[in-house]
Amino acid sequence: MTTVANSVGQKKGFGATLWDWLTTVDHKKIGILYLIGGGFFFVLGGIEAMLIRLQLLIPNNDFVSAGFFNELITMHGTTMIFLAAMPLLFGFMNAIVPLQIGARDVAFPFINSLGFWMFFFGGLFLNLSWFLDAAPDAGWTSYASLSIASTGHGIDFYAIGLQIAGAGTLMAGINFLVTIINMRAPGMTYMRMPLFTWTTFVASALILFAFPPLTIGIFFLTFDRMFGGNFFDHTMGGNTIIWEHIFWIFGHPEVYILILPAFGIFSEIFSVFSRKRLFGYSAMVFATVLIGFLGFMVWAHHMFTVGLGPTANAIFAVATMAIAVPTGVKIFNWLLTMWGGSIKITTPMLYALGFIPSFVMGGVTGVQQGAAPLDYQLHDSYFIVAHFHYVIVGGVVLAILAATHYWWPKMFGTMLSEKLGKITFWFFFIGFHMTFFLQHFLGLMGMPRRVWTYMDGQGWNLFNLISTIGAILMAIGVIVLIINIIVTTARNERVGNDPWEDGRTLEWAIPSPPPFYNFAQTPLVRGLDTYWIEKQEGHKGYTAAEPVTDIHMPNGSIIPFFMTLGLFIAGFGAMYRVDHSWGLGVLVFGLAFTFLTMAIRSVKDDLGYYVTKDQIRRMERGRD
Amino acid sequence: MAHDIEIIEKTPAEYAYKKRRSDRLMRSQLMMFALMIFMTLISFAAVQAGFSAYFVIPVVLLLAAVQVGLQLYYFMHMSEKGHGLVAFFMYGGILIAFLTVLTFVTIIWW
Ligand code: HEM
Ligand SMILES: [Cu+2]
Repeated sequence: MTTVANSVGQKKGFGATLWDWLTTVDHKKIGILYLIGGGFFFVLGGIEAMLIRLQLLIPNNDFVSAGFFNELITMHGTTMIFLAAMPLLFGFMNAIVPLQIGARDVAFPFINSLGFWMFFFGGLFLNLSWFLDAAPDAGWTSYASLSIASTGHGIDFYAIGLQIAGAGTLMAGINFLVTIINMRAPGMTYMRMPLFTWTTFVASALILFAFPPLTIGIFFLTFDRMFGGNFFDHTMGGNTIIWEHIFWIFGHPEVYILILPAFGIFSEIFSVFSRKRLFGYSAMVFATVLIGFLGFMVWAHHMFTVGLGPTANAIFAVATMAIAVPTGVKIFNWLLTMWGGSIKITTPMLYALGFIPSFVMGGVTGVQQGAAPLDYQLHDSYFIVAHFHYVIVGGVVLAILAATHYWWPKMFGTMLSEKLGKITFWFFFIGFHMTFFLQHFLGLMGMPRRVWTYMDGQGWNLFNLISTIGAILMAIGVIVLIINIIVTTARNERVGNDPWEDGRTLEWAIPSPPPFYNFAQTPLVRGLDTYWIEKQEGHKGYTAAEPVTDIHMPNGSIIPFFMTLGLFIAGFGAMYRVDHSWGLGVLVFGLAFTFLTMAIRSVKDDLGYYVTKDQIRRMERGRD
Repeated sequence: MAHDIEIIEKTPAEYAYKKRRSDRLMRSQLMMFALMIFMTLISFAAVQAGFSAYFVIPVVLLLAAVQVGLQLYYFMHMSEKGHGLVAFFMYGGILIAFLTVLTFVTIIWW
């Protein structure tokens, strides 16, 4: 039984297993790699957060130094956004979207692997700053005047690390777009795509348009810091405000890149565990696309206090508030999906229920901040910190935790313990509100954002204390989740195709975990909630669109790993070029290495291989 | 590893239809090509004639934009079926880029 679950079917040694993972182009394995990588950085960012909260536990604390505190907040934000939240979402997108649309893999398996390795090496590069020099310390937004003035190599690590990781993200985004446009099974029209696929699609489109500005901004910063450029230096005719614009032209769409897939995850969960089709499907799709568009027209709401002038502020304020409309449409649709449904409170559903009030609170503070005159009061205070944690933790992180429970059986073939899952939820949910709710009031009382410490007697002590206790509760929740994962994996009780019993979409029609070719026959999609329709008609599995034929599969490749390694080496060269003569050589070597691997990839034909009909029949028979 | 290659023969009617269609396409492409060369000539002439820069620059930019459109629709077949999504992405991107540039021009560089 378990032998079939493995793609190769025999027990392999450690070396062979490692090689398998380094070279894999299978979207399901890359999904798991993203989860491991993202999970690692999530824990790292969490440790940074705990240190921040311990420092703010009591007034006049000197648990960490002021300089180290700046490094902590910068690395916490950067890690959580770029290296934890996004890769974790990518993990689920990779693992699930091809299954939902009835495809055997993504459109560009090679690029998929390249995208993962670039994220991973970029993150590694960024975090090596802790050991090699000092970590970046100008905030995750790295505003130019501050970041150019920062001494040491910290900001260089930020610029180059994010450049590499960002390129990987862009590739992943393009790959998902092409996959969803071109690889849908027969009958899977756009308006039959599950909402998670839809939101992945729109988030990928946002990546396509939002990451190039980030790339350019970071190149400017790199040139200013390492190659004598003056893009942001006003004494040389540059303009420091331009960085803020470029960063937020990327940055605001980025927050929607995070939240849209979260919306998708919850849409699936609400409908499955209310055992009803999603209320207002087409309105949901339309709202998603509209949010995508509006997301590009509001970036200056992060810059109200820069002095753009009343006209610009007014325009951006109105545009910002407009986004609340499609978001509200979504909230009501979720509520109406539950209305009259036969609701089953599983762990994922619990997260979904907790998400609605939490995210609504984040949305409400967002609209408040969107009112430009009020934002003069709120800007750069703890109110902002409360807002974005309500949307990011109350939205994105809850979605990631929900998806972990929801899709774990599909990805790994075992079911996470529901009991431990609920314990995680309650610790995390209560801890989350304890940590961030009072921060709204700290902000209104005048506590500025990103402060290292604060004085006694301002009435901030109690709220900061409660906030830190809340953070500890969240950490306990995460630890319980990790225990849950370990226990479940050790117990290894295999589950069937549809372990929640209420699966509606195609991924639940195939084994958990799916065989490496996903679908023995390409499925025929006959409507929204494909698998639900089949179940209603008493079918087992799905309706096939074709007879069993040979399946064409891509070969694994180590080239993506080496391609990225070259860039990683070149990054060090670019950075140390400033103070060592060998730097230039390393830079050239690294780039040459990458180009060499690209050349090899272009010249060497790799046409993949075929799984024959007989092999497929044998494997499908072996299953049950 | 036999992979069946399907060979589909065209019926005479299909053949005639395809031929008529490609003839029509060819004609329109040639006409557009001539038109585009003509527009390029106008641009060069406008610069050569020494008109005011405030006149020449908008005219050249406008002609360039028209040429991009012709290129897309007549040479890159954007008007044909199955290009709807591409068009949507392009116009979406153009809209966003336009608004962004407009903002920069009005609030940073004005
Ligand atoms: C109803 C929708 C939303 C509105 C109207 C809104 C509005 C705003 C505004 C006006 C600010 C700037 C406040 C200031 O710095 O003075 C802001 C900051 C922020 N928002 Fe939102 N927001 C919304 C949803 C979201 C979502 C869904 C996310 C992420 C998932 C998010 C993440 C952030 C972040 C990270 C910041 C802080 C950035 C920084 O300065 O470091 N927001 N929001
Ligand atoms: Cu924003």
